[in-house]
Amino acid sequence: MTSSPDASRRATGGSHPLHPEPTHQAPDHGHHLVDDLTPEDLAAQWEQEKPPAAGPGANIASAIVVTAIGIAGTIGSLGLGLGSPADPEPGLWPFLISVLLIVLGIALALFGRNVLDAEKFSRSSLQVAAGLGSLVVFTLLIGRIGFEIPALLLNVIWLRFLGKETWRMTALLSVGITTAFYLLFVLALNVPIPHLF
Amino acid sequence: MEFFEPVLNGFGVVLEPTNLLYCLLGVVIGMLIGVLPGLGPAATIAILLPLTYGIEPVTAIIMLSGIFYGAQYGGTITSVLLRLPGEASSVVTVFDGYALTKQGRAGTALGVAAIGSFVGGTVAIIGLTFLAPLVAGFALDFGPPEYTALALLGILLVATVSNGGRLKSLIAAAIGLLLATVGRDGFTGESRFTLGSLSLADGLDFVPIAMGIFGLGEILYNLEERHNKVQAPAKVANVWPSRKDLKQASGAIGRGSVLGFFLGILPGGGATLSSLAAYAMEKKRAKDPSRFGRGAIEGVAGPETANNAAATSSFIPLLTLGIPANATMAIIFGALLIQGVTPGPQLVQNDPELFWGVVNSMYIGNILLLIMSIPLVGIFVRILRVRPAILAPVTVLITLIGVYTINNSVFDIWLVIFFGIIGYLMKKFGFEPGPLVLAFVLGALLEESLRRSLLLFGGDATQFAGRPITAVLLFVFIVVIILPFIQKALKQRTTRNSTVTNDHKESV
Repeated sequence: MTSSPDASRRATGGSHPLHPEPTHQAPDHGHHLVDDLTPEDLAAQWEQEKPPAAGPGANIASAIVVTAIGIAGTIGSLGLGLGSPADPEPGLWPFLISVLLIVLGIALALFGRNVLDAEKFSRSSLQVAAGLGSLVVFTLLIGRIGFEIPALLLNVIWLRFLGKETWRMTALLSVGITTAFYLLFVLALNVPIPHLF
Repeated sequence: MEFFEPVLNGFGVVLEPTNLLYCLLGVVIGMLIGVLPGLGPAATIAILLPLTYGIEPVTAIIMLSGIFYGAQYGGTITSVLLRLPGEASSVVTVFDGYALTKQGRAGTALGVAAIGSFVGGTVAIIGLTFLAPLVAGFALDFGPPEYTALALLGILLVATVSNGGRLKSLIAAAIGLLLATVGRDGFTGESRFTLGSLSLADGLDFVPIAMGIFGLGEILYNLEERHNKVQAPAKVANVWPSRKDLKQASGAIGRGSVLGFFLGILPGGGATLSSLAAYAMEKKRAKDPSRFGRGAIEGVAGPETANNAAATSSFIPLLTLGIPANATMAIIFGALLIQGVTPGPQLVQNDPELFWGVVNSMYIGNILLLIMSIPLVGIFVRILRVRPAILAPVTVLITLIGVYTINNSVFDIWLVIFFGIIGYLMKKFGFEPGPLVLAFVLGALLEESLRRSLLLFGGDATQFAGRPITAVLLFVFIVVIILPFIQKALKQRTTRNSTVTNDHKESV
């Protein structure tokens, strides 16, 4: 266990000069840039490529949510009745956890505020929202019109708009994937998913 | 001979064609997801949980464990060839593995890693064969107090060692415990936190939580952090390491096997931690540590051996105590519960076919993986050219359709989407999902043992200290909690001293 902090220290602390390495954009074929990077440089480079960290605000927001869950849990468990240690009632255990959550939430706000392990939301977070939207549409439709059309739609969205594939590839792949799923789930495995055909 | 009879019968179980087939399926999937950056073994196993409903318990677990240790083999390939670790447990392999690739010795690195993985895995299975029944026998006398302490310690260790911040991991674990209380109280039958909903009356299901938080959460997160930069990998020619390379690596392989085996048993240990530890150990032991990072073969052999040994030995606490040692084991634990099998000390005796079937399947799995990693490695290297953008919709569809098939219920899809959002947000805000899922799985056991113990003790919690095993476990629990505070205090003192001498430690 002692080696873990040791290794992470090696991974993050760079005593070597830091090359601001341009991200290698090697063409599809051929060799990528042969560059001499020590583990320290490499770790520093990974560190740079990481998405930008969110500030203390994100941690305080988390702390508020955690504390709120704790408070809600405490109120709920008090309603269930605590009993006594000798004769615990259903609320005792959730009560203990909820109190722990409140303590941890406050601790996060006080001491963990400046730890930079949360990530900023960025433009590309919109892609996640779009992806999520496609899942919601899929789920709304699957009960009504079967899985084929929703699956095709989902493929198009994920391949063309989220994956930046060409239209040609998108068309080929989305039809191919949907057909493969049909063959596998409906014909081969006979899984009872709603389907049109 | 009496000891070996069930062991040998286990081979009979493995050699059934269905089990062999699923073993092959598991290791191939494991190898694939190991090669492809993005989904890790925990996410993959979670996504494939619905597949296990229709098959025998032993077959299901053979496949799922194959995914887990198979991923340890596959993760090496991208680390060595592309400097992109396929799995967290292969991060340190990048340093020397990629350096070897630059010297045109990618094949050597891959070959040594494969052989090391095979040796590490096999040593760990043999260790497991002898150690697991001992541990199980010892644990047969465990009562509720021991289980309370063990579960508490297990959750704490996983939260402490996981990648995220300690505080946030503990919060995740506490939320997992709270989620586990939703539904009917096991003692009084009273409904808890169901908000009047009938769907919640029986509690939250493990499968949508695991599939959402691990599976979909990771897919959504990857959507933002697309691994775009996959280059065409260098051609891999000869993967047979020379005798000289093997001789040079043999010490590291031996040490990695032992280190990995023992670190894997510890809760919170497992593949990632042991690969880091093995790298650190090899570097410390080396006569010329400066070779490391410039293509030292030991720097590949040690960690790759250790992560495989640890992946195997981390089955010991799960199969003998019923305490999963890491997030992936927590999902396999859940899969066993779905199948109506409760892992614990009785498993070896009550269900020897399952126990030895799973253990012995690992021999076969490791042989299959060795074949895939040496003669067939070219195929997997070629798979690297498949763009992640193409795989993403496929995994999403497998997840959504898979969860539907469990109960033929659209409500379950909504649940997965909901927990997928939670999983994504957790990652964004720096919370590891592992401790949450682990604590959720252990929540019921922990509460039950705690309440039984309190009844046993007549409400006097101090009696926990009166039972030797419980006392030791709780002592370790307390040490783990206060240790960081002591370390912090010590560190502050050393920094204060070192500022005077202008030591470079300051930058740490």
